[in-house]
Amino acid sequence: MTNRTKRQKHAILALTFLTAPGLVSAQEQPQRIVSIVPALTETLFAMGAGDQVVGVGSFDTHPPDITTRPRVGGLLDPDMEQIFALRPDLVLLYGSQQNQAEQLARAGIQVLPYTHGGIDDTLSVISHLGMQIKRPNDAKRLIHSMQAELENVRARVAQRERPSVLLVFGREPGALRNIYASGGTGFLHDMLEAAGGRNVLAHIARESLQITSEAILASAPDVVIELTYDDRMTQETRAAEVAVWNRLPAVPAVRNQQVHLLLGNHFVQPGPRLAEATTAIARALHPEAFLPLLELAR
Amino acid sequence: MLEGISAISTVSSVSAGDLRRHIWLVHIGFGALAALTCLAAPLVGPTPISLRAVFDQSLPFAQNVDAQIFFIARLPRAIAGALVGASLATAGVVLQALLRNPLATPFTLGVSAGASLGAMLVITFGVPLAVLGAAAVPVASFTGAVGALAIVYGLATMRRQGLSTLVLLLAGVTLNSLFSAVILFVQYVADPAQTLQSVRWVMGNLDVGSYNPILWAIVPMGLAGAVFARLPRALNLLTLGADSAATRGIDVLNTQRLAFLSASLATGAAVAIGGPIGFVGIIVPHLIRLLVGADHRLVMPASAFVGAAFLVACDVAARTVLSPMELPVGVVTAMLGGPFFLWLLVRHR
Repeated sequence: MTNRTKRQKHAILALTFLTAPGLVSAQEQPQRIVSIVPALTETLFAMGAGDQVVGVGSFDTHPPDITTRPRVGGLLDPDMEQIFALRPDLVLLYGSQQNQAEQLARAGIQVLPYTHGGIDDTLSVISHLGMQIKRPNDAKRLIHSMQAELENVRARVAQRERPSVLLVFGREPGALRNIYASGGTGFLHDMLEAAGGRNVLAHIARESLQITSEAILASAPDVVIELTYDDRMTQETRAAEVAVWNRLPAVPAVRNQQVHLLLGNHFVQPGPRLAEATTAIARALHPEAFLPLLELAR
Repeated sequence: MLEGISAISTVSSVSAGDLRRHIWLVHIGFGALAALTCLAAPLVGPTPISLRAVFDQSLPFAQNVDAQIFFIARLPRAIAGALVGASLATAGVVLQALLRNPLATPFTLGVSAGASLGAMLVITFGVPLAVLGAAAVPVASFTGAVGALAIVYGLATMRRQGLSTLVLLLAGVTLNSLFSAVILFVQYVADPAQTLQSVRWVMGNLDVGSYNPILWAIVPMGLAGAVFARLPRALNLLTLGADSAATRGIDVLNTQRLAFLSASLATGAAVAIGGPIGFVGIIVPHLIRLLVGADHRLVMPASAFVGAAFLVACDVAARTVLSPMELPVGVVTAMLGGPFFLWLLVRHR
C-alpha cells in the first residue's frame, strides 16, 4: 500500500517537474500527441482523443485505428528524430526513458512519463492523462465505466469460494520451463483478486517471479490461468500449450482440468480494457457466476 | 596453467602400475562423489518431502505430490545437471588439449552461439519445430549447434589437407561474435516478453520438466562419451604438438577430427537441454589438473565426475536459495565457481 502511494506521488512529482517548461502551452489542449506506451495510446482513444494522436509505439495494437498512425519505436528504440518531426505538443513515454524526456522538455514539449502499478495506479494514470489533455470529464467517464464493470465482477464473485490460482504470464513455448508468474503486487495480482481468485504467490512482494516446477507442485493451485498476448495462436497450438501442463498431474488445477489459456494483449497492458480482462479471468474462475440465467435474473 | 598442460611428459614417466592404480582411484573417488551428489540432490529442496510417501505404491502417481516433486521437479533436474555438467567439463578438457590453449571452453568454437541462435529464433518467431515429443526450443538449439559445427569444420578443413587448429580457433571465435550479433538483433526486434524469455534462456536452466529432453540428449552425449573414452592417450601426445604426436604413431588428423566433432556434439546436446551454462567447461578441467596432474587418462574421467557433481550441486542452489523463485543456474556456476577457482589458483602458486 505504502509502496503504491509512494509511486503515485513520484508520478505526480515527475509530472509537475517535467511539464514545468511547457507551462505556457499547458493552458491549451494538446493537439498533437505521440504515445509509445500501448496502454496510454489505448486510453487516449478511449477518452475520445484518438484524432489528436499523431504517432504511436511499435507494440501498439489497439484500437485498430492506430495502424494509420506512424510508429515511432518503443521502450528500447524510441525514434527521437521522428518524434520531433511529428511536431507533438505532448509525448507519452515510459518513466525509465529519462534521456528522451529531457530532450523533449528542452524542446518545450510536454512529457508524461508512465509507470505501471496496480489497478488503482492504472485508474490514477488515466485521471492524470485526462487532466493533461484537458479532458477531465472524459477521463472521469472512462474511470467510472471501468469501476462499474469491476464492481459488477466483484459483486458476481463475492459470495463464491475463492479458488487458489497461479497466474502465469510467460513460459517457454511447448515446455514447462522458464515460467513467469504474478507475485503479490501489480495489476495482474489486483485483477486476479478482483476476479474472485486467491493468488498462491500473494505472499511474495513482487510483480513477477520465475517459479520452479517444485513450487508449482508445492503450492497446489486449484486453477492455473495462463495469459498470452499472442491472440493469433491457432486452436491446435492452444490445445497443445494447455496439454503441456499435464506433466504435473498432482496439481489440482491439472487434475480437474482447470488450466485456462486466455489470449489477448489486454491481459498484459493495464489500460482501458483492464476491467474487460478482469471479467474474462472471472469468467474462467467462476463460469457459474456468468450463466445466462443469472444474466436474465439481474 | 600452460605448464600444467605441457607437463604431460613428466606425468607419463609414472610407472604403468602406478598409473593403473591412479586411474582406479580417480574413478572410485570422483565417481563416488558424483554418485552421492546425484543421489542426495533430489532429497534436498524447499519443500519437505517424505521418501516413504515418494515410493508409496498405494497412492496413484497422479495424486502423489511427494512423488511428483521427487520424480518430476527434482530427479530430472539432477540427471540433466549430471549429464550437462559431465559433457561440458569433458568437452572443455578435449578442446583445451586440441587447441593447446588453456582458455578454450566448450563455447569457444561457436557451437553454443549457434545453439543459442537456434533457440532465440524459435522463442521469437515461434517456428513449430517440435519433433516426436521433443519441445521446439531444444530441437532448434541442437540444430543450431550442428549448423555452427558444420560451418566451423568446413572452414577449418577447406584451405589445406588436414585440420588447421588455428583456423578452427579463429573461425570459431569469429562465428561466436557473428552469431552473438545476430542474437542481439533478433532480441532487439522481438517483443519485450519474448526478449525476456530469450535473455533468460541464455542464463541456463535445468528445470527440464520431463525426461523427454534428457532421453534425446543422451544419444549425442553417449556418442561423444564413447569417443572421449578413446581419446586420452592421443590427447596427451597431441598437447606436445602435432608433429611430435605424429612421430609417436598418432593419426593426428583423425584424432583432431574426432576430438572436435565429439566435443562439439557433447556441447550442442548440453546447451540444447540446459542453455549455455558457463564456467563448468573451464573451471572443472583446470581444477582437476591442479588435483591429479595433466595426464588425460586421469583428467578426462575425473572431469566428467566432478563436472556432474558441481553442476548438480549448483542446480540445487539455483532452485532452493530464493525459492519459490528460480535462480538462473548459469549465475550460480559463475558466482560459486569463479571465486573458488581464483582462490585455488592463488593457493596453489
